Amino acid sequence: MAYLSLSNVSKVFGATIAVEDFNLEVEKSEFVSFLGPSGCGKTTTLRMIGGFEMPTTGVISLDQEDITYQSPNQRNVGMVFQSYALFPNMTIGQNIGFGLQARKSPEKEIKQKVNEMLALVHLEKHIDKYPYQLSGGQQQRIALARALAINPRVLLLDEPLSALDAKIRVELRLEIRRIQQAMGITTIYVTHDQEEALMLSDRVVVMSQGRMEQIGTPAEIYNYPSTEFVAQFVGQLNLLPVTQVDKVNGSCVLAGQQVKFDHSFNRTISEAPRLAIRPEEIQIGTGEGRNTLKGRVETVMFLGAVVRLRIDLGGAVLSADLFNERNITLPRAGDDVVISFPEHSCWLI
Amino acid sequence: MKKRSFWSWLWIAIGTLYFILPLYSTFDFSLRARKGVLSFLAYERIFKDPNFWSTIEFSLVIAIFTIIVSILLVVPTAYWIRLRLPKLRVMVEFISMLPFVVPAIVLVFGLIRVFSGAPFFLTNTYFGTYVLLVAGYVVLALPFVFRAVDTGLAAIDVRSLTEAAQSLGANWGTIIFRVIFPNLRVAILSSAFLTLATVIGEYTIASFLVGIKGFGPYMSLIGQNKTYESSSLAIISFLLTWAFMGMIQLFNRGKADTSALAGAR
Repeated sequence: MAYLSLSNVSKVFGATIAVEDFNLEVEKSEFVSFLGPSGCGKTTTLRMIGGFEMPTTGVISLDQEDITYQSPNQRNVGMVFQSYALFPNMTIGQNIGFGLQARKSPEKEIKQKVNEMLALVHLEKHIDKYPYQLSGGQQQRIALARALAINPRVLLLDEPLSALDAKIRVELRLEIRRIQQAMGITTIYVTHDQEEALMLSDRVVVMSQGRMEQIGTPAEIYNYPSTEFVAQFVGQLNLLPVTQVDKVNGSCVLAGQQVKFDHSFNRTISEAPRLAIRPEEIQIGTGEGRNTLKGRVETVMFLGAVVRLRIDLGGAVLSADLFNERNITLPRAGDDVVISFPEHSCWLI
Repeated sequence: MKKRSFWSWLWIAIGTLYFILPLYSTFDFSLRARKGVLSFLAYERIFKDPNFWSTIEFSLVIAIFTIIVSILLVVPTAYWIRLRLPKLRVMVEFISMLPFVVPAIVLVFGLIRVFSGAPFFLTNTYFGTYVLLVAGYVVLALPFVFRAVDTGLAAIDVRSLTEAAQSLGANWGTIIFRVIFPNLRVAILSSAFLTLATVIGEYTIASFLVGIKGFGPYMSLIGQNKTYESSSLAIISFLLTWAFMGMIQLFNRGKADTSALAGAR
């Protein structure tokens, strides 16, 4: 049996279904992210695991114990909030020791644990400061240390990096992963940032409108999205209308040109089929065993590490991403080009 | 620019005179107890009057009990409304304002009528009457206390702090007394000083329930019987109120400094 399990969990607020028939099994020490747009139900699901919302239906169990209706202070579940939620009236040391004090642990043990946690987040020097004396990134590290100090059975993180600037965010997510792996703590992470979810997680749950769209490893989610929503939400995706679809042989016609697609992966194809392909799969020039199409460059956008071309295939416009190099030779807007991509890199939706 | 500056200063001067002149006149009059010379004789007489000290002590004790009861009643209520019943906030705010609309005389008559008969009989004993007095003052202080506490709660992220404490294993008692109360320190102190200032000088409820024991009725009695002492008492009372207000400003300034440092970086 899984360490953390959510079975047929739903949550209804008045007439709004926030979470619908949610099923998830998480193994011990696993890092699982809930990824989705605002209002998809990811935070509500996390809050139900934390005990801050009660499910309308379903069962939540942790370490073979039914915790569905347990109050948050009985669950031994650590929570890290977007707003840090450090107690402003307490020093950093007191904040970290709060959970252990609430459990009436001996003073010596609390002191030892506080020092251990501060060392873990590399903020030993700040033990006597107040939260307002620390930067946002430091405050969030303290919030993490505070949640870990109680040795929680599960660590819940609710968009912990959203309030931080980009550079700190990247640093801190590496830190979170390092600590999670070092402590082997089962972690549920809520985010709307796909890069964050893909980078941190063992598995990603993509959610939309209260439902789980797909669950899988980051590579599975990115390379084999099971629904149109997942394909569009995770990464960039070209969706190009096609005709004369031959599902058996995996071929279709795109802007008057023959294209072969991956038909091995069984997906439902809509009545108005579209060819899906990631921009980074497209190359300028031909290649053996690849789909080859002719087009005209509309725009060239320099994005730093990547150069994005918009190419008109004669009715359908697609984006192609080229990795930037110092001596790269780029086509100009208006140039005729030949593009190619492997058969297995595109599929029909 | 110059013209605007002139008008600004003119209005400030008129406003200042409006407040300062009566005070100055009262103070000046209070110094004329001895014929022909300015002296603090009226103040000496007041400070030598044992009734002055006994009434002020009585009112201070009653004020302290009022503050304790008000805080214990209002803080958990306002906290719970912010946390779980936000839709009720408007209604509770309206109720808390009622003492501004209902005159104290109506309130005290209501209290006497309800609590002097069966099954309460509170007015039959001194203790019962003091309980009634504190209860009346709690109602009277409600607008100040609720406003201050509610504003204090609005300044902190009540929900996140509560949930963080809960996830760390804290029970409701720990959350309220170790997380919420300390973070409302400034709001609680502000409301405490406002309550203190209100209760010390309150006349109507005190005179009907305890008579001359209260500082308010004592001031009124002195005002009726002793000309210069009443002016000196007015100045003392004003200085007391001013001291309480000054303390609120002092604590609020401390808070402003902290929040300035706590901004996002």
